[in-house]
Amino acid sequence: MTLPWAAVAGGAVIGAAAVVLLATTGRVAGISGIAAGSVRAAPGERGWRWAFLLGLLAAAGLVLWWQAAPGQAPRALLRDALPAWQLVGAGLLVGFGTRLGNGCTSGHGVCGLARGSKRSLLAVLVFMACAMLTTFLIRHGGGLA
Amino acid sequence: MSRAMVAAGAAGALFGAGLALAGMTDPRRILGFLDIAGDFDPTLAWVLASALLVSAVGQRWVLRRARPSCATRFQLPAARGVDLRLVLGAALFGIGWGWAGYCPGPAIAGLAVGSREALWFVPAMLAGFWLHDRAVR
Repeated sequence: MTLPWAAVAGGAVIGAAAVVLLATTGRVAGISGIAAGSVRAAPGERGWRWAFLLGLLAAAGLVLWWQAAPGQAPRALLRDALPAWQLVGAGLLVGFGTRLGNGCTSGHGVCGLARGSKRSLLAVLVFMACAMLTTFLIRHGGGLA
Repeated sequence: MSRAMVAAGAAGALFGAGLALAGMTDPRRILGFLDIAGDFDPTLAWVLASALLVSAVGQRWVLRRARPSCATRFQLPAARGVDLRLVLGAALFGIGWGWAGYCPGPAIAGLAVGSREALWFVPAMLAGFWLHDRAVR
């Protein structure tokens, strides 16, 4: 069996990001919490969050630019198909849900599960199941017209 | 700029590079994983397994220290018990994730290259944060 090396290497780098953030700032690398806190946290607590987000943007942009073929715009690597109302609807659900449930794929998935948190395990099982069911209904159950 | 900010910027850069390297910035890969009845794409499982392995070993090693290098203490989530908010929040997040294929990290990463989808999704997600803070104390 051949391993999907880009996925394994990318995952390891994501895991390393969580370890570096914990080792230096003592914080959990949960993207929904960091993004929400970048505007909501006390003024002295915002700086490291903005630094994290800017680092994320810069590095993701660089890698996508490197992955693009010569003359191809990096954004052409990403999907551009979903109508705006669906993106807005899904965005609202993801924003509200991750605050209510205190985390997303990174905070509960990469960080919480790895620490053996029971809350994170339940959250991951619930959001994976709901996401798979939603995708199933949209793709095989008639869809959204 | 403080040492903590430099460190957080480096951690963010690793996170963003890892996402893009693994192909997780494209929602088609995410939905390919979530669509277990279709043309299943296992990439996300490999990414998560690899991230978990590094994160589990690394966090265990880091938390043996007395304190983080740029702060006075570790600030881990304090909540222990399972409640309805956790389950409901995870369910709503899952529905949104399975709908468009974006969780917060990849959506924000899409902004870096001016993805039209990310430019709609991220402001709506921020509005979702705000609505939550208005509706739930």
